[in-house]
Amino acid sequence: MSLSSLHFDQARKPWPRAFRPFSIAVDFPLLITIFLVVGLGMVVLYSAAGESNSAMLRQGVRFGAGLVAFFTLAQIPPRYLRIWSPWIFLGVLGLLLMVMLVGVGEGSQRWLDLGFVSIQPSEFMKLAVPMMIAWFLHERSLPPTFGQLFVLMLVVALPALLIARQPDLGTALLVVAAGALTILLAGISLRLIAGLTIAALIASPIVWLFMLDYQRARVMMFLDPWEDAQGSGYNIIQSQIAIGSGGTFGKGWLNGTQAHLEYLPERSTDFIFAVMAEEFGLVGLVTLLVLYLILIGRGLYIAAEAQDTFTRLLAGSISLTFFFYVFVNAGMVSGLLPVVGVPLPLVSAGGTSMVMLMAGFGILAGISRHRNLLAP
Amino acid sequence: MISRAQPLKDHWREQRLFLSRVISAAVIVVALTALLIWRLVHLQVVDYQRFSDMSQGNQIQIQSLAPTRGLIFDRAGIILADNVPTWQLVVVPEQIENLEQVLGELENEGLLDPADRDVLIDLVRSHRRFEPVTLANLSETQAAHFAVRRHHFSGVNVQEGLIRNYPFGAAAAHALGYVGSISANDLEQIDRANYAGTFQIGKTGVERAYEEQLHGRSGFRQQVVNAQGRIISDWSNSRGAGLEERLPEPGNHVHLGLDIKLQLAAQGALDGLRGAAVAIDPRTGDVLTLVSTPSFDPNRFAAGLSGAEFTELSTDNNLPLFNRALAGRYPPGSIVKPFYGLAGLHYETEHVAEDHFCAGDFSLPGNSRVYREGRRVLPHGETTLHSAIVRSCNVYFYGLAVELGIDRMEEFMKSFGFGARTGIDIAGENTGLMPSRQWKSDNFSTREQRSWYPGETVSTGIGQGFTEVTPLQLAHATATLAARGLRRRPRLLVATEDGQTGDTNALALDVLEPMSDVDPEHWQIIHDALYGVTTEPRGTGFSSMGDAFYSVAGKTGTAQVVGVAQDEEYDEELIDEQFRDNGLFVAYAPIENPQIAIAVIVENNGGGGRTAAPVARKVLDAYFGTEPYVAQLVAF
Repeated sequence: MSLSSLHFDQARKPWPRAFRPFSIAVDFPLLITIFLVVGLGMVVLYSAAGESNSAMLRQGVRFGAGLVAFFTLAQIPPRYLRIWSPWIFLGVLGLLLMVMLVGVGEGSQRWLDLGFVSIQPSEFMKLAVPMMIAWFLHERSLPPTFGQLFVLMLVVALPALLIARQPDLGTALLVVAAGALTILLAGISLRLIAGLTIAALIASPIVWLFMLDYQRARVMMFLDPWEDAQGSGYNIIQSQIAIGSGGTFGKGWLNGTQAHLEYLPERSTDFIFAVMAEEFGLVGLVTLLVLYLILIGRGLYIAAEAQDTFTRLLAGSISLTFFFYVFVNAGMVSGLLPVVGVPLPLVSAGGTSMVMLMAGFGILAGISRHRNLLAP
Repeated sequence: MISRAQPLKDHWREQRLFLSRVISAAVIVVALTALLIWRLVHLQVVDYQRFSDMSQGNQIQIQSLAPTRGLIFDRAGIILADNVPTWQLVVVPEQIENLEQVLGELENEGLLDPADRDVLIDLVRSHRRFEPVTLANLSETQAAHFAVRRHHFSGVNVQEGLIRNYPFGAAAAHALGYVGSISANDLEQIDRANYAGTFQIGKTGVERAYEEQLHGRSGFRQQVVNAQGRIISDWSNSRGAGLEERLPEPGNHVHLGLDIKLQLAAQGALDGLRGAAVAIDPRTGDVLTLVSTPSFDPNRFAAGLSGAEFTELSTDNNLPLFNRALAGRYPPGSIVKPFYGLAGLHYETEHVAEDHFCAGDFSLPGNSRVYREGRRVLPHGETTLHSAIVRSCNVYFYGLAVELGIDRMEEFMKSFGFGARTGIDIAGENTGLMPSRQWKSDNFSTREQRSWYPGETVSTGIGQGFTEVTPLQLAHATATLAARGLRRRPRLLVATEDGQTGDTNALALDVLEPMSDVDPEHWQIIHDALYGVTTEPRGTGFSSMGDAFYSVAGKTGTAQVVGVAQDEEYDEELIDEQFRDNGLFVAYAPIENPQIAIAVIVENNGGGGRTAAPVARKVLDAYFGTEPYVAQLVAF
């Protein structure tokens, strides 16, 4: 059986045969790089969690769950995803409304307790919003018109506001970013981008007025963490000390004093980048960033090769959103950006984040695998 | 596939547009990554040293290691002060939120005395925030009591340490002094870095005078602490963090000339009395005994005296904290007679060349005031210088004083060291007073009072009037007399011993200007007279010294107390007692080659021959080896 005939065969009956071992859709460059990042991440996590085997094991289980999501989504032809997109979006939106009504969580209301498992619907929005936008633009001619943009803004703003109300500014920001990146890829004019940027700058004082105290404190702390070095600025300062004291080659694995002596906050999650910086130095960080760039580059390549609007936009959005996570987390930990609760993708301990990211990569793999079959 | 799109979708154009967006996005991704790496380079390469230092500062805490205080030995090598284990209640100011509250809770646990709270607050405040401060020394039970409640007291700890111990307790307290907590006042005078781990400092006596020798050099140890301040003890082993450590250098040991068996003998003999005894080796100036009673237990100070205890000691009518041996000012009474007798010989007065008749009273020409022998003393009849000293005839010395005159008396007495500090190596000495015309004119207000009157010379001649001496001065002058004019500055310290190497360094004698112009024959005359005091049946010291198995020369003194002996005031209920005579006695032995000179004063208990001489006898017996002091040593 020739390769092309296999493809053809699959195209006719894609779903039932998708699980045949020889036909599993795997994007090897993507998968290998993911394994490298996750592997490196688990090495760092072992140290960050205090030489904890169980922390590593739990992360391994999460990665396993992520792989299941990856392979599952990779097998689904993107056109199915496209058809399901509006329903997925509306479903997640419904879940968000339920969170507002019956959600649980300490301090903020983010979780839905389903009895056997708690889910965080806002995480699903990170994929649901770009899918919805891509679906909306798929049938339409690019670049989008103003009227279409208005609709898209609603698609982004509605879930973002619901999430921000929980309040979970970090996730809301990521949802907005995912949506905005999709729209940008759709090709709105540069002039419009410039106009929106200016509008955002003008709007920022108004946003300030609507921010909660802890959110304002975070911004102030970002502007001058040393103002309150023992208080609100403590985390960011200890984080910068960890990074800076790592130097070029780091203090060595398990030798990070900032991490192991508990000066560094949230070592296994949001600040794991600083642990890596301390123990592996600039060399380690650049290695990690290069791996991330390979992942993003591969994703953008898949987007560029994709053959319809939906898959292009979705692949591009997933890739760029992934970069956005990396940049926001690393920027926050190194003091370039204010502190927002964004985990370092594929490295920070955390199940939802891992599974959603792997799902995103699964979609990318699926797009890559099925592109020849979906010619317009 | 069929497209339902409204205007015709231009796929080629859309693909190009999308591609250009993807390329722009890739450029932005690379640019932002570059920005991130620029930031990381800035933190990790450019500012590396600063952050590395801050990271070190985070985790490294310096623990001071106190040096072991040097020991104090007596002349036979018996330990007079050493260090024993204790449990110290230590607080780190920066780890305490509400100091008053924590102190209050410790008081409720019975670990601190509420009366000390203000003192402790001052103490804690005077330390830097990260310096541990010792609040109290705990007994073993208290330490155990605290240990089970430790979790209530973050920032408070019990640490094992060493505490000063004085095996002979009160017996040597006034000579050795004591150590106590470093006060805010002390902190201003010491090198704080060297005392960072030390919690006690010499307060008085030898402990204070040789603080620098005894203390040693403090060391330190770097420790890794986590964010909560807990010490991670296994860090340096497993991570090779290169922690620095400098061991403390122990203090030097000091060897005193003091002889604890004499000290115990004197302390025992003076027990229940107010008084002092000082014995000096005339050949060296070594202080063999320095006792002042009542005394106190210096161990209580070392363990941390509570405010109430200190108040009790400092308001005691008998002034146990007052060092009578160094600072008590007493009229010397008849003790001065051999000195003035020597002056009479030295200045070749007619008075000493002639025989006299003592009828029991004396008047100055043209003055109606009658100077008498002491109370209950019969006239001495025929007297020479020898018998006047042996029987302590006042009338003889009234006449001699008149002929000598106050100026020559003052000059001669000052050459024995009266009226000035001896310069002993511990602090707290008083000058005493040797009156003179100059002194009188300087210290009185009215013209009448400022003149020197002949009658004042007469009383000065028998050691009454203005003259005041300290027991130490008396012992020093007696030693000079015994050594026939050779003078050695009194000293407690005779040698130091390096705390690490054990090398001893003996101190050179501190030789003072000798009284070389006094004729050896004159010394001999006085020596013979003083020997007569203890050996001739009519001698005032015969009753207590006559049966001594060693040859001893001495002189008694009985001084009328006018007013009080010291600056302090006694209670009214003691007024009767305070008017009783002070008894004094000086002696040296053996007469051929004096090895020990001693001065004893007993306050308000009657004549020196009856009260002070027996004390001196016990000390001398101990020196020459009959006193069963060994039994007393074992008792400690």
